[in-house]
Amino acid sequence: MEKRIYLDHAATTPLDNEVLEAMLPYLSQKFGNPSSLHSFGREAHDAIEDSRKKVADLIGAKEKEIIFTSGGTESDNLAIRGVAYLNKDKIKEEGPHIITSSIEHPAVLETCRDLEKEGFKVKYLKVDRYGFIDLDELKETISKGTFLITIMFANNEIGTIQDIEKIGKIAKDFGIIFHTDAVQAVGKLDINVRRLNIDMLSISAHKIYGPKGVGALFVREGIRLKSIQTGGGHERGLRSGTENVPGIVGLGEACRLAKERMNEDTLHMTKLRDKLIKGVIENIEESYLNGHPEKRLPNNAHFRFTAVEGESLVLSLDQKGIAASTGSACSSKKLQASHVLLAIGLSPVEAHGSLRLTLGRENTEEEIDYVLDVLPDVVKRLREISPLWRKK
Amino acid sequence: MMSMYSKKVIEHFLNPRNMGKLDDPDGVGTAGNPICGDTMTIYIKVKNNRIVDIKFQTFGCAAAIATSSMITELAKGKTIEEAEKITRDDVADALEGLPPIKMHCSNLAADALKAAIDDYKKRKKR
Repeated sequence: MEKRIYLDHAATTPLDNEVLEAMLPYLSQKFGNPSSLHSFGREAHDAIEDSRKKVADLIGAKEKEIIFTSGGTESDNLAIRGVAYLNKDKIKEEGPHIITSSIEHPAVLETCRDLEKEGFKVKYLKVDRYGFIDLDELKETISKGTFLITIMFANNEIGTIQDIEKIGKIAKDFGIIFHTDAVQAVGKLDINVRRLNIDMLSISAHKIYGPKGVGALFVREGIRLKSIQTGGGHERGLRSGTENVPGIVGLGEACRLAKERMNEDTLHMTKLRDKLIKGVIENIEESYLNGHPEKRLPNNAHFRFTAVEGESLVLSLDQKGIAASTGSACSSKKLQASHVLLAIGLSPVEAHGSLRLTLGRENTEEEIDYVLDVLPDVVKRLREISPLWRKK
Repeated sequence: MMSMYSKKVIEHFLNPRNMGKLDDPDGVGTAGNPICGDTMTIYIKVKNNRIVDIKFQTFGCAAAIATSSMITELAKGKTIEEAEKITRDDVADALEGLPPIKMHCSNLAADALKAAIDDYKKRKKR
């Protein structure tokens, strides 16, 4: 396979060279434990604090509001459980205690489901056909016992960007803590936690050209959490365990680069995305865009094709050197169709015919041309095999 | 994802045998899995109690397409009695195995063939 085109940046991104360079010393000679008092410890400690500043700068936070974690999933768990366990007495009061949406990442959904087993009541807000929650419904759902609203910034499958500023305002007006899983949005959208009234925000390094296994949680000054991991009291007692120094350095550098390149990257990816969407919709009959045409991540294109199944599409594209993804059941461990696609009102068969192409800063126009050249034939071939095509 | 499938599955997925419809079939059978949405239709042409031609159409994952392709190969040229005995394990074995989560695909293929044979028998009675 000579040609390889990576269009799965929502899954993970390549490690940026500058990030790698920044990390390397901390994988070799600068190996100290940040808690140590000697010079080895100090240089590791200083590196972490430098990274904390870079992460804070990207989202308009203060340095002391950044907690390093092992990634997006842990950040979501710490935010949601951390608040829930300090509000156990609220179980007695009228719920829902936590309000979230039906299209969250499993890191949020499964954490909420787990908390339900412990007695917390959770409301999973429905979404419209684009994936937006209803702000009036959100307001009406809030009750005396509600202590947390957790709504993702931008959806990992269909790319829909919620009206975070308004959600933040509602939470603020009611005095409820607002957490957002911003794993897909960070580095692509201009985020300022103060302007948007965000209280907690989850970040993952490997979605922004950083390394895997590291992330961060922004926790607004004054918000208390119960730690979910006990130990030596690292990260203000919220996340015990010797810090992943090379990973944290990588995250910091990735955030610095993301800030520096955001305008350029966003412009570039939006241009490619729109070319891709236009080319697919115009050249493949019965192809549709999932999610909102404008209020979507600059790098996300999500399609469905009548009578074609997603895994077959992804494997066929892989044969042509194109790395894509699907929300299809048969690609994951469970056979159910994607909960996101079902929530926006697609039938299971429609949901299974979906294809996600997510761009990165390194993709080129030539690559998009190649995809637009190859995809119509791939869809055509699968339709020739399909009994659902033209049989309706 | 390719790595979870045997070479044989991928080969049949990329080059499916006996794909399409028969114009004047003696039996047609469809099987579907409501959970994953897969649908398979098998068409057979029977002469002197033997399946002389067979085609399939499938909406589904790579495993579903490969199992359809394989079962048409296994059934072609067989007598009705022989073809009825083809099991999902025969299909999976011929494909050098399927991931456990995909075993239902071979079920689907066996069910669709069985439905096509039943249809043929029903038509013959008329």
